Amino acid sequence: MRVSYKWLQEYVDLSNVTPEELAEKITLTGIEVEEVIRPDAEIKNIITGQVLECKKHPNADQLSICLVDVGEEEPVQIICGAPNVSAGQKVIVAKPGARLPGGLKIKKAKIRGEVSNGMICSLEELGIESRVVPKEYADGIFVLPEDTPVGIDAVPLLGLDDAILVLDLTANRADCLSMVGVAFEVGAILNKSVHLPEVKKNQGSGERVEDYISIKVANPEDAPLYTAKVIKNVKIGPSPLWLQNRLMASGIRPHNNVVDITNYILLEYGQPLHAFDYDRIGSKEILVRRAQPGEVIVTLDDVERKLTEEDLLITNGKEPVALAGVMGGANSEVTEETTTVLLESAYFNGTTIRKTSKYHGLRSEASSRFEKGVDPERVRLAAERAAQLIVELAGGEIVDGIAEFAELEMEPVEIQIEVGKMNRFLGTELAEDEVAAILDRLQFPYQMNGESVTVQIPSRRWDLAIPEDLYEEIARIYGYNNIPFTLPQGNQTQGGLTQYQKKRRVVREVLEGAGLNEAITYSLTSHEKYGQFSPITVEPVRLMMPMSEEHAELRVSLIPHLLDAVSYNQARKNNDTFLYEIGSIFINRGKDVQPQEVEHVAGVLTGLYVNHPWQGEKIPVDFFIVKGVLEQLFAKLNLTERITYEKAVLDGMHPGQTAHILLDHDVIGFLGKIHPEREKEYDVKNVYAFEINLEKLLQEELPESTYKPIPRFPAITRDIALIVDKDTEAYELQKVIKETGGKLLQTVKVFDVYEGKHVAEGKKSIAFTMEFYDPERTLTDEEVNRINEKIVERLRTTHGAELRQ
Amino acid sequence: MKERLYGLKDEALQKISAAANLKELNDIRVAYLGKKGPITEVLRGMGKLPPEERPVIGRLANEVRQVITKELEKKQKELEQQALEEKLKQEAIDVTLPGRPINLGNHHPLTKVIREIEDLFIGLGYTVEEGPEVETDYYNFEALNLPKNHPARDMQDTFYITEDLLLRTHTSPVQVRTMEKYRGQGPLKIICPGKVFRRDDDDATHSHQFMQIEGLVIDENIRLSDLKGTLNVLAKKVFGEDCEIRLRPSFFPFTEPSVEMDISCKICAGEGCHVCKHTGWIEILGAGMVHPRVLEMSGFDPKKYTGFAFGIGVERIAMLKYGIDDIRHFYTNDIRFLKQFSALSK
Repeated sequence: MRVSYKWLQEYVDLSNVTPEELAEKITLTGIEVEEVIRPDAEIKNIITGQVLECKKHPNADQLSICLVDVGEEEPVQIICGAPNVSAGQKVIVAKPGARLPGGLKIKKAKIRGEVSNGMICSLEELGIESRVVPKEYADGIFVLPEDTPVGIDAVPLLGLDDAILVLDLTANRADCLSMVGVAFEVGAILNKSVHLPEVKKNQGSGERVEDYISIKVANPEDAPLYTAKVIKNVKIGPSPLWLQNRLMASGIRPHNNVVDITNYILLEYGQPLHAFDYDRIGSKEILVRRAQPGEVIVTLDDVERKLTEEDLLITNGKEPVALAGVMGGANSEVTEETTTVLLESAYFNGTTIRKTSKYHGLRSEASSRFEKGVDPERVRLAAERAAQLIVELAGGEIVDGIAEFAELEMEPVEIQIEVGKMNRFLGTELAEDEVAAILDRLQFPYQMNGESVTVQIPSRRWDLAIPEDLYEEIARIYGYNNIPFTLPQGNQTQGGLTQYQKKRRVVREVLEGAGLNEAITYSLTSHEKYGQFSPITVEPVRLMMPMSEEHAELRVSLIPHLLDAVSYNQARKNNDTFLYEIGSIFINRGKDVQPQEVEHVAGVLTGLYVNHPWQGEKIPVDFFIVKGVLEQLFAKLNLTERITYEKAVLDGMHPGQTAHILLDHDVIGFLGKIHPEREKEYDVKNVYAFEINLEKLLQEELPESTYKPIPRFPAITRDIALIVDKDTEAYELQKVIKETGGKLLQTVKVFDVYEGKHVAEGKKSIAFTMEFYDPERTLTDEEVNRINEKIVERLRTTHGAELRQ
Repeated sequence: MKERLYGLKDEALQKISAAANLKELNDIRVAYLGKKGPITEVLRGMGKLPPEERPVIGRLANEVRQVITKELEKKQKELEQQALEEKLKQEAIDVTLPGRPINLGNHHPLTKVIREIEDLFIGLGYTVEEGPEVETDYYNFEALNLPKNHPARDMQDTFYITEDLLLRTHTSPVQVRTMEKYRGQGPLKIICPGKVFRRDDDDATHSHQFMQIEGLVIDENIRLSDLKGTLNVLAKKVFGEDCEIRLRPSFFPFTEPSVEMDISCKICAGEGCHVCKHTGWIEILGAGMVHPRVLEMSGFDPKKYTGFAFGIGVERIAMLKYGIDDIRHFYTNDIRFLKQFSALSK
């Protein structure tokens, strides 16, 4: 809502408050003022003039040479490019030295060889948006009324010496979609009274409106109140400048006097009105009904609209003449020929209007007000005031009475509050008389009975219904800045994280400690990427109306977007990129069932993991670096003994360098190298990745650390180097060693793996170091040797392993 | 005999003093004190001396041996010291060369902000609650006093999956779920961080996915002033002790009264700049007293309980706190960006 400061002054005394101060106060009390526009901020020295002569420029078809009287001794010559300039017009002139919005300085100039002493201005050049400039002047200069004196300052004439407060209204404050509503708000803020326009009892023509029109409403819920007035013998023409100025300042384009008046009243009272050409309605009946499927209407914007049963229509009994509350029909539009006007003022159901406006993508000043609510008490008042203005500005006679359908039942709203309770809610200590003073400022009638206050809510504030609403009204007028700072007093609660949340923090710390930076990517992915790197085969969870194909389905793996991040980084020569992400994946469980959301942790690593060139250390990321990072993580979670790895074949992964990660016997994730073909798709190189079901990884409670005595006796180590088949897995051998070694065998570690010329074809050498230890005594070489031999023997049987000579 | 011994002593001491290294010194030791050395020889020849001279010569020989030994030790230490110094000199390195890098990653800046806020509120007795990103219409809207066709639903353009399923537009559904879990029993103090989604085209200031942190307190006698005090603690923690706050009335269907909180503009210190649109204040979050209908729908008796709630846009906080100019940076994951947030926060 754009509020003209000068216009507002007609209702509230603003003499002690500048527009900027007022904006600040309104913002702090309830409605955000987005900005204060000073239309004349950049304008200097524009005056009125009259074009005395106008002839074609000899060297330019599009230009005219004008002789303009600007109230000086001699008329001045101005070159003008507007197509609508002609002799006799009163116009706006920017003389040399003038300034216009956008920093334009007017200078004396020669245009195609002819002197130009200034410029004849269009409204757009004065900073008025082209969409609100009257259509006839939209492509040219603005022509002032004939009786405009020459040589006077044009700024006040055009109402530009004003300030426009642009209100950003929240959905509940539709009462301020009107100047009168804003006046009540400002009156309360400034503690000033509000002067409403006087609506006189209109002197009628002596005819009865019933002889002109009758009103029927098919479904009272759609339009519980519908009124019509008839004004005859009007003369359609332009509105006076002051009215046009106000409309333009408020963001509405002037059309003609009758239409402008309906818009003026809409702005003043917030009540949308519609003016029909009575003669073009073609009947003496208004029937408000729902559209039949397939029915059509051509609206004022000349668009043919196919209607549905959701749309509410104003009809002449048969044909639609308007899309109720949204836009009039072209067939009944007021034109220059109109002499009798039917003025509609109604109360339509907001939801109905909202649906129509949304369905047809047609939002108008009227529809937005009906959607958010209008004051039912102003429906008739607005019609009377508009009729009165039509008589004043367009001539004509009012037909007596008002035709109406009225089934609107208005329950007066009363809210009862207790001052003590309110203070306990707000944390204030307001006395009863302070509360009374605030209610007076809001102009809410009330009765006070000790602590208890009963407030009658005026119909203009239909947003207020419960005590909390009233607490807010009182608190905001009292001032939120006056409310103290306190902290909740009541019961103590123990804050903290859940086990899961704590462990998740540990996961972050371990991964970050290993050099991975946390990434956050989008949950929505493309159909193409859906299913990649995942064993999940169910249908994707897909948006009904995606904004782009790129973000249309919910992901089942974190790796695709992490690869996008790698691609982005590699393209920028950020070659050493190690990222991890913790986020949810979404598994479809059927229509209208929330998908299963599972938190995963995933990582991508590429480039040099160790990059220390001057000492000759450059270690690129490989499978075992990634595995080492994960082993560190599992160790931290006390899972080392329960995690195993199995060779795996997985979508998008290198078939020879990928492993499932198992917790006990359950696959919880994988790690490995990205398949070269997939790397090509993502435009990345040499990327290793892992993804783990975090919820499974963290499902168990961490045990407390317990103390084990530091070894008192020396441990004995034995190394064995085995020759085995090439595809024998180290883990298998290790398992046999552990089983055979008994409880004295404390650790087994691989310390060497070799394939090559010293080992037979198809074989490899793999060496283990084993540590034996007994906490009770010193072991003898003999007993360790015995165990060692047993192990070697066992490995020979299970894996055909031979000791390497 | 005596003369010979004195002669040997002088000769040895002179050689010791002249020794240039440990090897020479060792040769001297062997030469004078060894089993075949002159002093041993003297002692061996003592038998030929008259008995009365024997103790005198014996004592003298021992004295000489001691003096030589002492000098040898002294010289050895000296030479060892010299050798060590020489060795250390050889071992000198260029200490200004770079060290072996240890990789260390860090939190995403959004996580960093969330963590800071989580930790603040944990200290104030809050727990951290989380909920699903795909929500039902009921939890995202209806239970928050936003029935179907409510005009305020326009405020949040929503990604729908079906008529009833959607990507949550705020973290408030977690509030509702938690309230239900508490079965009408206060006190309840939670914060809920999480991802939320709106139908926005991604540009410098909009993102179809972003992070929110929601706070909710329900207890007997929770006041608007408690909300104001809590938000003040939050603002000072996140933006520094000199940060001022102000509340303005606003509207959310799930709170009544509803407020918006502004913080004093750090960038211009209230002078007016483009970040604060020349007002000296920056809008930071929405909050309010939980609407009695919301309490009631989730099983809390509004006659007994009151509560407050607030919702923070994490990107907005991070952008202001770190001076980040484009919201897309958070989701591009350029490591040159991510690595900038490794330092500890105040």
